Amino acid sequence: MTTSSVELARRQGVLELRQFTRSREAVVFTMAFPVIMILIFASIFDDEIAPGVNYTQYFITGMIATGLMTVGFQSLAIQIPIERDKGVLKRFRGTPMPKWVYFAGKVLMVAGIGVAEVVLLLAISIGFFDLEAPASMGKWLTFAWVSILGLSACTLCGIAFSSVPRNARGATAVVTPVALVLQFISGVFFVFTDLPTWMQQVAAIFPLKWMCQGLRSVFLPDSFAAAEPAGSWELGKVALILTAWCVVGLVLCVRTFRWSDKYSR
Amino acid sequence: MGNDLAVSVKGLRKAYGRTVAVESLDLDVRRGEVFALLGPNGAGKTTTVEILEGYRKRDGGEVTVLDHDPAQPTAEWRARVGIVLQGTGEFEELTVGELVHHFAAFYPKPDDPDEVIARVGLSDKAKARTVGLSGGQKRRLDVALGIVGHPELLFLDEPTTGFDPEARREFWQLIRELNAAGTTIMLTTHYLDEAEALAQRVGVIAGGRLVEVAEPSRLGNRQSAPATVSWRTPDGSVESTASDTPTALVTELAARFGGEVPGLTVTRPTLEDVYLRMIGAGS
Repeated sequence: MTTSSVELARRQGVLELRQFTRSREAVVFTMAFPVIMILIFASIFDDEIAPGVNYTQYFITGMIATGLMTVGFQSLAIQIPIERDKGVLKRFRGTPMPKWVYFAGKVLMVAGIGVAEVVLLLAISIGFFDLEAPASMGKWLTFAWVSILGLSACTLCGIAFSSVPRNARGATAVVTPVALVLQFISGVFFVFTDLPTWMQQVAAIFPLKWMCQGLRSVFLPDSFAAAEPAGSWELGKVALILTAWCVVGLVLCVRTFRWSDKYSR
Repeated sequence: MGNDLAVSVKGLRKAYGRTVAVESLDLDVRRGEVFALLGPNGAGKTTTVEILEGYRKRDGGEVTVLDHDPAQPTAEWRARVGIVLQGTGEFEELTVGELVHHFAAFYPKPDDPDEVIARVGLSDKAKARTVGLSGGQKRRLDVALGIVGHPELLFLDEPTTGFDPEARREFWQLIRELNAAGTTIMLTTHYLDEAEALAQRVGVIAGGRLVEVAEPSRLGNRQSAPATVSWRTPDGSVESTASDTPTALVTELAARFGGEVPGLTVTRPTLEDVYLRMIGAGS
């Protein structure tokens, strides 16, 4: 009754999702945090930042991108060091389970939570904050590829970054500031073009800025493209840079992933 | 069938930086036996066992575990080796049943997960999340995860640390049943009574070397070690003498006292005495 590897990966994904949904803190932190941020920010700030575009719409697209980053990058970069410390990785490595099944489980978990997160944020934003659903098939398509590519880049970077914290206790402290700084400089809390040029240039290295911009092309009117840094949505560049981060993340994962702590090799 | 050794180690060496953890260590574990590796913390026990389990790389020496080099673990080999880790409650949100079923699927010929849960005595906890298990129950779950793949060789790392006496007895019974069913068992412990109760052979490790391997009753030649005879002298002080012929000495004492010898005891070194002498000499 040998179970095929693909079936093992599916089971691993189910196991991960089951653990996530049963862990109240994880659900609240990951799912509810962006919702709360939207409720707060959208209630406080409601200025029009361009004709027909108010701050709420701008902020919500940024929060969807942030939600994807939280699910892919933050949760994995914090969770994997904890699992390494607790001996979860050691336990799996002591079985005949193919190593890739562990990562497949994480990817399936991230995908599951990511879809739920996006649906939740969209429902709330469309229902309460006048965000308009993508109007055309083309916009839905852009929404899909920006989300999937962005989430993939964040997931791979999250797995790669999990080797940076020395231990579980340090993980949150090391990962959270990285995510928070990226949110400030990538056009989530502030309109990107209002930021100092040097800050824009730094942000343009990382994926979050491009995820935000790609999502704005979906949810903001086409006229707003002129207000972007390059005067257009730059979707080709969005695809290029997110793909580049996927490649960088994957290479780092393969080369630097640690199955055990530094002292037990 | 080939080799009748489950584990064969020759000249094992492992250093961390400049600290040598294990040095020219030789060790054999026969198929079908319970072998206990005994030693104080820092003696090289964990390093040795983790090399055998395929978790750590060695710096030198020849090692085979089930006729395979553990430094090159394959899925086929992993399927034949069971590892009972010192659990740390890593799957708090899952139930006992979910975990054992999940791990069973990793193995080509697993035992029936529900039957394994019953064997470790957790049937009534099968639907309970592991976060609520007691220390002893968590350890049983660790064992269930280690044996569900029906291993030929099982590693147990300090299995009863933190157990109350009754839980230890039950755990020992479980180990004996596994061994009786044909599983070779290698356990590490720093409890002498545990080694004596379970193992057919005991290896004592100290200072990164294997100091001695013997049956528990023969460790350090304790069956033929001089006995200590002590008695109370008429002035009330206690006198004691080490003797290879304690019976003759007692006979002589009986004659001297004209019958009953006051406060007479005759003792051989306990396993603990022998052990403490050995690890003292090794480090």
